[in-house]
Amino acid sequence: MTRTPPISTPPSNYGDLVARKRVIVACGTGGVGKTTMAAATAVAAARAGRRAVVVTIDPAKRLADALGIDALGNTPTVIDGAWTGTLGAMMLDSKATFDDVVTRHATSKEQVEHIFSNRFYVNVSTELPGTQDYMAVEKLNELHCSGDWDLVVVDTPPTRDALAFFEAPKLLTRLLNNTIYKLLISPRPGVRQAVNRAASGVVRRLARVVGAEVVDDAIEFFQTFQGMEEGFKKRADETLSLLASDDTAFVLVASPRSDTIAEALYFLNRLADADLSVLAVVANRMLAALSASGDEAAQLQARLGAGPLAGAAQALVDHVHASAGDEDRISQIMAHVPDATLTKVPLLSSDVHDISALGDIAELLVQDPL
Amino acid sequence: MDPGQFFASSRILIVAGKGGVGKTAASAGLALAAARTGRTVLVVEVAGRLGSAPMFDVDPQGYDEQTVYDDPDRGQVRCRSITPDAALVEWLSNHGFARIVRRMSRSGLLEIVATATPGIKELLVLGQIKHLEQSRAADLIVVDAPAAGHALNFLKAPLAVRNTARTGVLRRQATETLEMLGDSQRCRALLVTIAEETPIKELVETAFAVEDEVGLALGPVVVNGLLPSIESLDTASELDPSEFGASEHALSAGEISDLITAADFRRDRLSLQDDQLASLAQQLPLAQIRLPQLFTTSVGLAELETLADAASASIEAIKLLAD
Repeated sequence: MTRTPPISTPPSNYGDLVARKRVIVACGTGGVGKTTMAAATAVAAARAGRRAVVVTIDPAKRLADALGIDALGNTPTVIDGAWTGTLGAMMLDSKATFDDVVTRHATSKEQVEHIFSNRFYVNVSTELPGTQDYMAVEKLNELHCSGDWDLVVVDTPPTRDALAFFEAPKLLTRLLNNTIYKLLISPRPGVRQAVNRAASGVVRRLARVVGAEVVDDAIEFFQTFQGMEEGFKKRADETLSLLASDDTAFVLVASPRSDTIAEALYFLNRLADADLSVLAVVANRMLAALSASGDEAAQLQARLGAGPLAGAAQALVDHVHASAGDEDRISQIMAHVPDATLTKVPLLSSDVHDISALGDIAELLVQDPL
Repeated sequence: MDPGQFFASSRILIVAGKGGVGKTAASAGLALAAARTGRTVLVVEVAGRLGSAPMFDVDPQGYDEQTVYDDPDRGQVRCRSITPDAALVEWLSNHGFARIVRRMSRSGLLEIVATATPGIKELLVLGQIKHLEQSRAADLIVVDAPAAGHALNFLKAPLAVRNTARTGVLRRQATETLEMLGDSQRCRALLVTIAEETPIKELVETAFAVEDEVGLALGPVVVNGLLPSIESLDTASELDPSEFGASEHALSAGEISDLITAADFRRDRLSLQDDQLASLAQQLPLAQIRLPQLFTTSVGLAELETLADAASASIEAIKLLAD
């Protein structure tokens, strides 16, 4: 498979992104079908002859079954199907990925063991907000750099803050860079003593309110990470430049429900604040458009009165009304990102439960826009 | 059950559910239904989006408390926001760190405290809600809890903190909060879903975890966004299009096709919805508060009245609340 050059101008359609980008990040709020769209995007790329892998985060069980993946392994499974390229899929294991990262950067085996047994580390690697984003980005970079894949598609954790993904690679370096840590491990004994005297007052008081053992674990955590800061920092810089490059496309997945639209607009505003843009919007769960307008539907209902078609007429009025609402809400999103390409995926009657249903969505994604 | 009696059964209702199920609208609709029984209701938003006030047709004034509905013949709804970050800062300020809390935030120490004790911020939000309850800030407090998997983390936060902090003031806070969550006279969870497979599956998992692990009493399940059923949808597809085109209504081919498509679609959705409601009832034997789908672009007071009507009607059909 030959590499195709990246495109810096906005793509004319979704198929363009699928055919040419090296990294696609599916973002959006929870409950809009983001994981399904990420998986369908990888299927579309495999059908276009590329080696594509999708990293899913907490997929619905049926989707995971459809893809034949489970939490074990933390590496991609290759899925056979009717495509000329290769399709890989995996479920992100955040903790295992974090352990890998630590092992890679550690200076000795003892250091690794020390870190793994520290409770503060366990908290960082499982509970800290942003850890899942951080590990999704790490996995993305790892797969991208492996040379095994032409396209890496990543699902993102359900978060309110669109920038969490960009902040994520800096999570550990930020933690390791903070003043307290520097003071605690200062190599100059004189400084350390002076600082320790000043800091110990605060630490003692903290220990009283949050518990002494909590403070001890935190201090030990910082001591065990000594010598690894530079490696983490370099990696974070690399990852961020990949995300900011033309190789990477951000796709916003949205559904036209009014509460998720408010979230999507908040999302886009946060991205715009940071000078980031989405190249494509996938509007999922759209009602099929009918030919009648709202007025026409209402007139038809009046004409049919209480006759045998009264029920159908009511269904038509509701449908046209709801569908107009869908279109209206999606156009609110598009007004924020006028250059992005819009792809609509209709409301399906059931959750995706096999690979052929995913193929159908893949086809919808890349077909020419009307 | 009389709605007045229902809204008097617990002083706090925690409304929780995954993203995209219309949790904020459901909270606001329930708050309005409660206010109509002559109560003062305080809606506490935890996600920090300030989404409630606009639903009462009022501009949000920020995180502080504001009155959004006041009917002298009925009751009152106020709303306010408590964010996890602010709760941590406030708590530390009240525990001897008032002068240095800003510096702690800048130096990253706050982040370390939060990391060292997972769940501390959420616990402190619940702590503030407990304070509001104990000071009788309102007759009823409706909590619009964080979305997604976060709902469970939010409710399990006191457990997480109690497991980490074995000594100290924080542990006492965790224990007291668990007491509040475990007392059905004080606190009850209303889980919200839509009638679709994945959200229902998550709701059932959350319900068992909340009950078994946190000991929180569950109120009725709120099923949001239900399509109203329609009689005689079948006639459209049964009728012969050519016959109807020639009938007194003189329908065009386009009109016939639209009618058939809309009727078929509605029938499919309704049958899917019925299956899901039955599956929910079978998996989780709790009463259901059923709220209709709103065919409008945004939710305002008129739509909230519709939700409150539906909520009250569902509540009247409830026989008994489980403890």
